[in-house]
Amino acid sequence: MNYKLRFSQYNERSILVEWPAVVDENMLGDVLNFKEEIKRKYVKLIVEVVSAYNSILIIYAYTIEDVNDRFLDLKRLYLSREINIEVKPKTYKIPVCYEDEYAMDLETYADEKKQSKSAVIRLHTETIYTVFFIGFLPGFLYLGGLDSRLHLDRKITPNLNVKKGAVGIGGKQTGIYPQDSPGGWHIIGNSPVELFNPKHSPPCFINAGDRIQFYAISVSEYHDLKNEIALSNFDSKTLLIHD
Amino acid sequence: MIKVLKAGFYSTIQDQGRFGQREYGVPVSGAMDSYSSEFANKLLGNEAAAAVLEMTMTGVELQFYKSTTIAVTGAEMSPKLNGKPVKMFKSVKVSPNDILSFGGFVSGFRAYLAVKGGFLTKPVLGSRSMAKGITPAVVIQKNDELEIKDFSNRLNTKHVNLVFNTLYAEDDTLEVLKGPEFDKLTKKQQEILFSKEFEVSKHNNRMAYQLLPLFQNNLDSILTAPVLPGTVQLTPSGQLIILMRDCQTTGGYPRVLQLTEKAINKLSQNKAGSYLKMKLSEF
Repeated sequence: MNYKLRFSQYNERSILVEWPAVVDENMLGDVLNFKEEIKRKYVKLIVEVVSAYNSILIIYAYTIEDVNDRFLDLKRLYLSREINIEVKPKTYKIPVCYEDEYAMDLETYADEKKQSKSAVIRLHTETIYTVFFIGFLPGFLYLGGLDSRLHLDRKITPNLNVKKGAVGIGGKQTGIYPQDSPGGWHIIGNSPVELFNPKHSPPCFINAGDRIQFYAISVSEYHDLKNEIALSNFDSKTLLIHD
Repeated sequence: MIKVLKAGFYSTIQDQGRFGQREYGVPVSGAMDSYSSEFANKLLGNEAAAAVLEMTMTGVELQFYKSTTIAVTGAEMSPKLNGKPVKMFKSVKVSPNDILSFGGFVSGFRAYLAVKGGFLTKPVLGSRSMAKGITPAVVIQKNDELEIKDFSNRLNTKHVNLVFNTLYAEDDTLEVLKGPEFDKLTKKQQEILFSKEFEVSKHNNRMAYQLLPLFQNNLDSILTAPVLPGTVQLTPSGQLIILMRDCQTTGGYPRVLQLTEKAINKLSQNKAGSYLKMKLSEF
């Protein structure tokens, strides 16, 4: 289906394309499909394309002189786009240690939600989450699909130093902090997996459109994985779930 | 090689930025005042992408171990070579053991030092721009050794005759474009945005400049969407935040205005306590 898109000029060199303001997986497919089509067709004209829930920003390599012509080009491209472009989403299983030493807020969080710790872990690991886009911090995944029984407003006082790998819940979202950072989410675990590595190209092995599922690991498994990753013996492909 | 004797308040290596990585959440970075940094490169015949040293508020002290030519642009921070004042906006020959230092700052906020051939720190993801979580160092530090090319055998320096337009940063008006959520403001609010003077708060850095006073509004937050350097966000508490070169790639606050590239450069030369006006410009 075709969505009603809104085109506007964002600055001297970029154009914003907006879909209706909803979080929707089918629409995400359309957003990413169009993003890939633009990247393929305009290889030499654009610097990059950034996507989020319901918008893409196209950054051109030059100052846009004839914006209406650009809009027309993009509209034409959208209507003639090939629907079955190879944007094959992958599914990854992401290990998380939910044990106390990595889950500073799990107990208070579970109390507030009137759930047991194991029920929280079960609900958190049952869902397959969709990666809508990466933003906020390098390698920070915006995940959709958190069980409504786990929704809880952010902490009133943010933690000034959330550790890299921390898995948190904030409002209707869950996510993994890819680096040490201040943050207001309830920390319920930590993943040893490096979601972002500037020495790799691309720096993230997970892309928008992919899916992830968390699974619980023990403290010793956490340390083993952490060591493997530190020694660069770790291949992210081992996290892939094959259909 | 150049040895850092004093690092200054906040000094970083910057080029034009890191492109093609924003879809992984990587900030674009790059020199805050691209006009000044590119001018410094032009003076030396460098390519526009050559890495320069950006100094904020106070300058560095450097000892050169190679022959080269340098150029200083941007904020006026009284540069001296071996204790003697040197001209800004000109290429200057430097010999081994020379010491470049800076005095008090007179005007502007960010100065740029270019060396012939550029600073040769190791590029990460296609750029030398220092950035948190990306490059091993976020700022340069005392005793750092910065790699540069040696030009002792090529002394026939070309005399580049370029005129630096110092006016670009002198007035207090920022040219802005309407942001995607501009139309959600009432007519009255739009008028206030363009008639009032705003003060740069002490919360200003390479990621964002906050403005004072607060701007009353009742705009809803938006679904997290792309942002760029120069995007002006408006928070529910009324904070106007102008995103700068190291800003995040997406944000959830309404984007009411967008600074032009020129205005970003101009703002980069302003510090806490400066007063600024915003003027609506058309594409």
